[in-house]
Amino acid sequence: MSTTFWIIIAGAIATYLTRIGGHLVISRFDHIHPRVEAGLNAVPAAVLTTLVAPELLNAGPAEWAALVVTAVVSLRGGLMAMFLAGAVVLILARQFVG
Amino acid sequence: MATDLISESGGKSDFWQGVRLSMPVVVASAPFAVLFGALAVDNGFSVLEAFLMSALVYGGASQMVGIQLFGQHVAPWLVVLSIFAVNFRHVLYSAGIGRRIAHWPVISQALGYFILTDPQFAVAEARAQSGQTVGFAWYLGLGLPVYLFWIVESALGALFGKLIPDTHALGIDFLLPIYFLGLVMGFRKRPLWLPVVVASACASIVAYKTVGSPWHVSIGAIAGVLLAVILPPRHSGVEAKR
Repeated sequence: MSTTFWIIIAGAIATYLTRIGGHLVISRFDHIHPRVEAGLNAVPAAVLTTLVAPELLNAGPAEWAALVVTAVVSLRGGLMAMFLAGAVVLILARQFVG
Repeated sequence: MATDLISESGGKSDFWQGVRLSMPVVVASAPFAVLFGALAVDNGFSVLEAFLMSALVYGGASQMVGIQLFGQHVAPWLVVLSIFAVNFRHVLYSAGIGRRIAHWPVISQALGYFILTDPQFAVAEARAQSGQTVGFAWYLGLGLPVYLFWIVESALGALFGKLIPDTHALGIDFLLPIYFLGLVMGFRKRPLWLPVVVASACASIVAYKTVGSPWHVSIGAIAGVLLAVILPPRHSGVEAKR
């Protein structure tokens, strides 16, 4: 079996553990410490930010325009609207500035 | 309680009620399934592997992260750890939904947790809070169409992705940062969102420049989470709920 296959299997097991783990572990406690809860609340934004921020270092005008438009559209629209707006701006801008 | 019995015995109509609610999720996730398939092939996955990952992991953002790091030839255990890190939020969904589905048979619960995605949690939790029972048939009706469309569209995206000639002109290489920025913005109503994002952004950029990829992901994430833990609870909005 290939490395890719084992990455998929291990990734699937790790993912399932997150989906069943909260029920198995956290439900045993009467309440979660506020600081732990605050930390858990911060997890998605913290992880996802690290996937965007370093890209800014290599980004050109087209990429910057796309990210700015995505952020602005996100104030009003849903995930799909902001994604499509960002993608359209990126593709159009790349026709001109490469 | 009589209505509970009726709704439990009327599993079929409950199922189709769930299916109706699943349709917006099916439509909204379709482009991302196709995008995942195309990007997976672009990053060195086969069509079958892209299909398998969608079928077994079944978590959009984590699959995107996984293939991106795989394409950068990151060590396999780090790819798996990153998938785990991105999916870690499910721990909270799991803890929240557990009391709603505790009356199901254990096998049904085990299956229920497998399809516990962001929209699945949101819609099921909304039903529970409106005072209705979250039955297995209804939950499956809500989740099964999303799952089936997700894996089929991933495979189609993988097949189609091979046919895309100029990925740069189509912006395929930069669609993921846009998608992730969209997800980050989606959490902006949460307490401490801005400080956490700023801390994670700064730490990840510094780590990217010094330690290098993929450690910037873990280091940046830890910086943001630590900030939320360290700041007094009155800022994090969790104290009011106690």
